[in-house]
Amino acid sequence: MGIVSGAVSLGLLWAVMTIGVFISYRILDIADLTVEGSIAMGAAIAAREIAAGGNPYMATLLALLGGMAAGLCTGLLQTRLKIPPLLSGILVMIALWSVNLRIMGKSNISLLRMKTVYTVFESMGLSGTASIIVLGLLCVFLLISVLYWFFGTEVGSAIRATGSNPHMARAQGINTDTVTCLGLLISNGLVAASGALIAQSQSYADVQMGTGAIVIGLASVIIGEVLFRGKNFYTRLISLALGAITYRLIIALVLKLGMPANDLKLFTAVTVAVALSLPTFLQRYHQSQKSHGGVE
Amino acid sequence: MLSVDGIYKTFNPGTINEKVALRNICAELPEGDFVTLIGGNGAGKSTFLNAVAGVYGVDHGSIRIDGMDVTRLPEYKRAAVLGRVFQDPMMGTAANMEIGENLALASRRGEHRGLKWGITRRERETYRQLLRELELGLEDRMTVKVGLLSGGQRQALALLMATLKKPKVLLLDEHTAALDPRTAEKVLEISEQLISANHLTTLMVTHNMRDAIRHGNRLIMMHEGQIILDIKGAEKKNLTVEDLLERFGKVSGEEFANDRALLS
Ligand SMILES: Nc1ncnc2c1ncn2[C@@H]1O[C@H](COP(=O)(O)OP(=O)(O)OP(=O)(O)O)[C@@H](O)[C@H]1O
Ligand SMILES: [Mg+2]
Repeated sequence: MGIVSGAVSLGLLWAVMTIGVFISYRILDIADLTVEGSIAMGAAIAAREIAAGGNPYMATLLALLGGMAAGLCTGLLQTRLKIPPLLSGILVMIALWSVNLRIMGKSNISLLRMKTVYTVFESMGLSGTASIIVLGLLCVFLLISVLYWFFGTEVGSAIRATGSNPHMARAQGINTDTVTCLGLLISNGLVAASGALIAQSQSYADVQMGTGAIVIGLASVIIGEVLFRGKNFYTRLISLALGAITYRLIIALVLKLGMPANDLKLFTAVTVAVALSLPTFLQRYHQSQKSHGGVE
Repeated sequence: MLSVDGIYKTFNPGTINEKVALRNICAELPEGDFVTLIGGNGAGKSTFLNAVAGVYGVDHGSIRIDGMDVTRLPEYKRAAVLGRVFQDPMMGTAANMEIGENLALASRRGEHRGLKWGITRRERETYRQLLRELELGLEDRMTVKVGLLSGGQRQALALLMATLKKPKVLLLDEHTAALDPRTAEKVLEISEQLISANHLTTLMVTHNMRDAIRHGNRLIMMHEGQIILDIKGAEKKNLTVEDLLERFGKVSGEEFANDRALLS
């Protein structure tokens, strides 16, 4: 039971990140590697603020803003300097490594016995894990509601149109450059906020934290889409959160079954590769079925 | 309404792939003119339309729409006064979005997009009416993703989107070329309807000589980046395909080379 609630609590915090990845990967149709840097950046900013005695909510908000700035940088590299999206993300990700070290002043910061965003709930008598679940649920619910509203507005529609078909978007008078920057800004802001929440839940921030984050995000998006298949935008967002939780449950399970922790990234990468190639395989399978059936 | 003055466009200048696509194009389209644009493969028709739309800048010359110089304006800003439909049915609509949402995007062309709803209930009712007039049964499928529509349905929708907010100039680039003959006919009919109902200044590229003659009040022919024929009025009305081929031969000293035009 402890393992399950631990996985659920962690999954809820990663759900915020997963939704951020969904915005770049699915809505804007960009595989944005910036997230590897911005999740660690969020953790770094929050940890530094909190370790210096700052307000944890303020610290988390600052993390969000830091991530937004990182996303904007990637957006500007792509749109103003015409650097390909993948490379833009890599550049900012690498740059953030140094930035994050500067923010923290060292490679990790401990937050043990510091006041975090979860402290209020703990003082109300909840356990550590329960506090994380309560705050995580609150954040995810709030986030899904706000995004559901936002992507239904004129600006939100413009972002969706740009991701779906930039030619059409420009022909309809949408400034696709601005809108792409805005989408990346929102996406990385969420990822950084998630990083801040995760760092506070585990009581430390580490500059390494982002390594492989994009793959975890993608795995969660895909698991969510495949297993829960949201019909409209609202249920799609919910399925992302469920995907992030399911991913954590799967990881907890394979660890329990004896997989060495060092193999986790390999496991995740293979899972994502299989999931991404599934449509291609299915198509080939159907085609071969058809061509066999067509002889009759 | 549209005034193009001496535009030049060279692709890949200074490389071995250098290609002069437009040389000294001058054209004056008064309000309400419906021009069909025809020419061989690679004559520069699409380049001409793209230059007007601002997909890329021109090397020389100026483009004015309704008196406003748009030569240096980016594509998304020119969109405020232009309606466009492309050859590829995939290009003109957002496949992942609903029919209604696509129309709503088009109805905000050239307007500030803020935090108001992307589509309102009242708009939906208006769009339902407009879609009903297309007679394609789309009015009952407003919440269907456009990606599920056929090419012809998509082009009809794209036409509606291009004219929803009355454009100063409508640019149609072989918008029926990817469709089967019957669907193409239907889409052309819809185009004709929308153009005459809204009295739109139109530039329509077609590869079909008969269509070029049958539609519009003026015909422009391009060859190797230049305008070589500009036929209006009564002369245009009485034009035949044979006339056109002969006049093309005389002016260019070549046979008309557009595989698709001769086949159809
Ligand atoms: N983006 C581009 N880069 C390089 N060359 C181009 C580009 N667009 C067009 N061209 C070249 O410019 C010339 C004119 O092309 P354009 O597409 O305008 O012809 P078109 O009249 O529309 O022909 P078609 O009937 O085949 O559509 C062609 O030789 C083409 O290869
Ligand atoms: Mg063309």
